[in-house]
Amino acid sequence: MPALKDEMLPIRADSDIVLVRQAARSWSIDAGFSLVEQTKMVTAASELARNTLVYGGGGTVRLEALEENGRRGLRLTFEDRGPGIPDLELALRDGFSTGTGLGLGLSGSRRLVNEFSIESQRGEGTRVVIARWR
Amino acid sequence: MEGTKIPEVIERHQTALLDDWMKQQLAASTLRSDLLPSAELREQSREFLELLRQASRQAGSTDVAAPAWQPLRDMLTRVSRSRGEQGFSPSETATFVFSFKQPLFSRLAEAYGGDAKGLAWDTWLATAILDQLGLFTTEVHQKAREAVIMRQQQEMLELSTPVVKVWDGVLALPLIGTLDSARTQVVMESLLQRIVETGAEVAIIDITGVATVDTLVAQHLIKTITAARLMGADCIVSGIRPQIAATIVHLGVDLTGVVTKASLADALTHALQRVGVSVNGRPARA
Repeated sequence: MPALKDEMLPIRADSDIVLVRQAARSWSIDAGFSLVEQTKMVTAASELARNTLVYGGGGTVRLEALEENGRRGLRLTFEDRGPGIPDLELALRDGFSTGTGLGLGLSGSRRLVNEFSIESQRGEGTRVVIARWR
Repeated sequence: MEGTKIPEVIERHQTALLDDWMKQQLAASTLRSDLLPSAELREQSREFLELLRQASRQAGSTDVAAPAWQPLRDMLTRVSRSRGEQGFSPSETATFVFSFKQPLFSRLAEAYGGDAKGLAWDTWLATAILDQLGLFTTEVHQKAREAVIMRQQQEMLELSTPVVKVWDGVLALPLIGTLDSARTQVVMESLLQRIVETGAEVAIIDITGVATVDTLVAQHLIKTITAARLMGADCIVSGIRPQIAATIVHLGVDLTGVVTKASLADALTHALQRVGVSVNGRPARA
């Protein structure tokens, strides 16, 4: 499905996470999301952008505005070339973290969106795709 | 710099070079006569030429980071700073240096006559030096900008964390904007500091102005509340808007141990009761 428009943003520093949140918010508004939907998408974007930076050593996010059968949506793809996640099932469990966080970022973002997929290759990097529809 | 005629050419033609260069600069499209009077431009050009003459005579190489180039670099730092403040763009400032190439090259060509090899070499040396000096002005310009940004960030850290005393024993901390880790650290410290100073029993943390509450923000809040509790103060989190509440629930953040209120008014009522002040009448709902 072709995207109506797309944009790529770098995630290299803490300040980039702020920019990702702002972009996610303005794209959510453009997609006609309600305030709750906007907040959920922005929060998921914030979590995943931070994961990309902290665990993936930095990477990129691609924003895509979607339209399918008259429904509008927003898809975000986070990619890094970091160490990868050895055990995806474990990483998606509530409360599990290899860092010092709450361990809810990945599992929590999955609950905030309609579509969630994650691929990770050890030593090659991780790719998380989320989408939300109106 | 052996075998070069650059110092000699500058020395012999110093005045003519300055005139040529001024003509060049006054005709250029990047001239900003609105910002810089031509008398001042001439004085800067004269000083640059004089210092370039001295440096090229003393310097052993084209490396402008060497001590022999220090006076010239100081002068360019000054010029670049003042132009930056006057509103010149970095390329307009760098053009000041680059525009000297043409006058210098034509004098060098004159001096070498038919010696193409000697001319090529000296042109290369002159290019190497002037390019470095031009880029140096850009660097100074950028550093000045960075210093401004750093200062503004520091100012924001100071500004954005007011802890207000709303009653004897009750503090309020209205949080605004992005809670990135550096700022949250300051917020946490200033709240704990004020709890010690005032001996407050209750602290209200209002997050009405926080756009996004993700797991990191939640974790910072929980840590602050735990630290305050260790010092004998209870925290109330207020200003939790519906969309934030829905998001926190989906994220799975556990705030069961935390007293939360929808509005600051509710939190204040609760806090006053907690310190033993009776309030007549409920606050009007916003």
